[in-house]
Amino acid sequence: MTADTKFTGQTFKSVGTRPLRPDGIDKVTGRARYGADIDLPGQLVGSILRSPHPHAAIRSIDTSKAEALQGVKAVITSADLPDLTNGNSELFDILDNCMARTHVYYDGHAVAAVAAVDAVTARKALKLIKVDYEILPHVTDVDEAVAKGAPVLHRKCFTQGVEPKPRKPSNIARRSEFGHGDVEAGFAKADVIIERTFRTEQTHQGYIEPHACVASISPDGSGELWVCTQGHFVFRQHCAELLGMDVSKLRVTPTEIGGGFGGKTHVWAEPVALALSRKANRPVKLVMSRDEVFRASGPTSATSIDVRIGITKKGRITAGDATLRYTSGPYVGMWAELGAMTAFACYDMKNVRTVGLEVLVNRPKTTAYRAPSAPMAAFAVESVVDELAGRIGMDPVDLRIRNAAKKGTQSSYGPVYGPIGIGPTLQAAKEHPHMSAPLGKNQGRGMACGFWFNFGGQTCTDLNIAPDGTVALTVGTIDVGGARASLALVAAEELGIPYDQVRAVVGDTSTLGYNDMTDGSRGTFSSSMATIMSARNAITILKERAAKMWDIPVAKVAWEEGCAKAIGKKYGNLAPLSLAEIAAAAPNTGGPIAGHNELVADGAGVSFATHICDVEVDPETGRTQVVRYTVIQDAGKAVHPTYVEGQYQGGAAQGIGWALNEEYVYGEDGRLQNAGFLDYRIPVCSDLPMIDTQILEIPNPNHPYGIRGVGETSIVPPLAAIGNAVSNAFGVRMTHVPMSAPRILKALDEAEEASSTSTETA
Amino acid sequence: MTQLVNTNINGDTIGFACEADETLLDALRNRVGLKGVKEGCGTGDCGACSVILDGTLVCSCLVLGMEVEGRKVETVEGLSKGAELHTLQTKFIEHAALQCGICTPGFLMAAKALLKNNPDPTEEEIRYALAGNLCRCTGYDKIVRAVQATATELREA
Ligand code: FES
Ligand code: FES
Repeated sequence: MTADTKFTGQTFKSVGTRPLRPDGIDKVTGRARYGADIDLPGQLVGSILRSPHPHAAIRSIDTSKAEALQGVKAVITSADLPDLTNGNSELFDILDNCMARTHVYYDGHAVAAVAAVDAVTARKALKLIKVDYEILPHVTDVDEAVAKGAPVLHRKCFTQGVEPKPRKPSNIARRSEFGHGDVEAGFAKADVIIERTFRTEQTHQGYIEPHACVASISPDGSGELWVCTQGHFVFRQHCAELLGMDVSKLRVTPTEIGGGFGGKTHVWAEPVALALSRKANRPVKLVMSRDEVFRASGPTSATSIDVRIGITKKGRITAGDATLRYTSGPYVGMWAELGAMTAFACYDMKNVRTVGLEVLVNRPKTTAYRAPSAPMAAFAVESVVDELAGRIGMDPVDLRIRNAAKKGTQSSYGPVYGPIGIGPTLQAAKEHPHMSAPLGKNQGRGMACGFWFNFGGQTCTDLNIAPDGTVALTVGTIDVGGARASLALVAAEELGIPYDQVRAVVGDTSTLGYNDMTDGSRGTFSSSMATIMSARNAITILKERAAKMWDIPVAKVAWEEGCAKAIGKKYGNLAPLSLAEIAAAAPNTGGPIAGHNELVADGAGVSFATHICDVEVDPETGRTQVVRYTVIQDAGKAVHPTYVEGQYQGGAAQGIGWALNEEYVYGEDGRLQNAGFLDYRIPVCSDLPMIDTQILEIPNPNHPYGIRGVGETSIVPPLAAIGNAVSNAFGVRMTHVPMSAPRILKALDEAEEASSTSTETA
Repeated sequence: MTQLVNTNINGDTIGFACEADETLLDALRNRVGLKGVKEGCGTGDCGACSVILDGTLVCSCLVLGMEVEGRKVETVEGLSKGAELHTLQTKFIEHAALQCGICTPGFLMAAKALLKNNPDPTEEEIRYALAGNLCRCTGYDKIVRAVQATATELREA
């Protein structure tokens, strides 16, 4: 299966090599500065008081005792963050989430904050704040929240996207629908139809670095913020709007980021730190504890999903239908919508419909988590597809190949695909030695596919040529996994110079134009595009300068291998001018040489992956271990293959944790029971095998080098791949993630009971 | 009550003042200025704060600052000899054993402690020795390989 484009077979000198990353030495010597490592002279310690109740009205807050405590420099409540959102409901939700106003909506919701001379004093002050709550009934479960008689979080919440507008408020904040064709007619053509309901539990991104920032607002109304973030321009925008500051007067400097995976795309404590600094008139450092990170940052949705798929005996899918309920915390989100868009994206379907319902619950505000919403939808759909394959006696890979979307397919969410990698990843899986390796006792093998859109968006990059001819590249997208190395490779490629002549840094909000954040796997895709354009702009100037130095027409200058070359009979014998020579002459030829670029990076190529997984289940305890794992994914063009592998492996590991172990556990009282790494257990080194990777390169025709985003798709297939592996090992269909030991044991017991009753009756 | 603690950190004699209930993690970061020691949880569950105390790997968030009086503390800042990196550090960069890098100081210290006791560990031994250190970015594959490569090189040296 080929998907040739005009970018296929491009030859590269730098792109595709594996040099060392520029931030490596700082990170292995302890020199790299993360959010909590920044200190300012005279800084105070900020700390936040959080609601112990999942749902309550705030009758009053008495801060007088805290204010009177020696060493306390500021105490704030929502009164210090007045509503300046001017009818912008999305912004209001951000404000209300950062500091509760009339109600608290989850265990951990911020109600007040203090800044004090040290942490001990700050903690003491929090204890002196008296909040009078009127406790209200709560709901944390996705299915209970949509059931009749559930406590309604917002009396003004009438489901959007439904005509006519519902008469009664409910916890279904929004409905969205996607698809095409005639679903019922499609099911009428099916020989086999399987319908099932699946559940997945809420998980956290689990970055090891807690949120941390240092805020400093000066009396003239300007301010600075150092923060670990995936998007400093977005943070600047939100913070400035919430605090009523001029956007350009707030300078946000991103620190190194200790993991984000979507969780650091949203402001949590930063507006609070700024408000404290404004009130105290001193810099304030605010670092969340791990407990706060779990309770009060933004985990992913818990879901409940109904899927129905029909198929012919020959293995052609005739129709697919899904209803996806995703929790979004107490505020409306777009999480079910993303689930609905991605659910059937791998397949070429004539008749398909998906409905997404955003469900409000008394849990923290849902935020993006790597390919947000796609893993749960894929779990449901890929489980049913596997089961259908079993039913009609077809190999599950062949069935998927038979139905895979390809160039020209209308996707289930609307657009028509260009060249895509789902078919090739499936073909590679079929041929992979992992597929035919023998299995041991109590082992099962599963596979599954995954899809993610990838984003483009606003990007702005500066490329400055230093007087010695080396290149300083300043980008505005946060480096979460080696992007500085990849972008330096791209600049080196375009300029025709060695990688080590380019140094890439991430600029602060005052040094570059606006950049969207590093989400949607857009960092390398969009910044590489802007870097290529910046380099081309610089080359234009370099050629002009060379023409000036030679005193020949600029049309007679070409740029090759890092040098200006005079072309044509008349000038062809002039010795080439190197980048360094042109740079050295710059003071006399027109001044500094730089290339800039601002663009909206359109055409992020969609991304597909196929994973293969072997598990071993202990039938006594239900404990399940992944014993072999293979990731096959399309990268478009892998700029730095080692770091691409790293993205594949990291995403797979997160998916494995989600599939087998991770979940938010709420008690009857609506409080989170496992807000720590001991009880919310992410995979450790001894839980995992090596994770094999295979990079496919089906160029993205919308990018000059064919690059696609690679960061997210790898978390999509594991839930289903592991579910299918367990099902294949024991013949029980797993429908509830995580497949923790007790859940697997229960499923095994039920299966055994069922088979013993059926033998009895037989 | 603030107390004075005299100790040896990365080979230097260092004195710092700290509160009776202050963790070694906080003392190292805030009193001594060694910010390479990271806090991921503060409860002994993530290993980001790992240091070597008198030759033994510990979570510095579970040790009090006062407990290191007269003892020897090694942190990530002491791994390299001047500009010359420790083999572990070189191999971690070469093998891309770090993405965000927040877990890296802890892993380096844990790996150092492992290789001192067991210069030729199996993959399984490496995985169990590092099981107290969480990494959310890498899936551990490249970390394990970096440690294997270090062990090989140190044995051959
Ligand atoms: S900070 Fe010490 S183990 Fe996590
Ligand atoms: S590299 Fe990010 S946590 Fe390990």
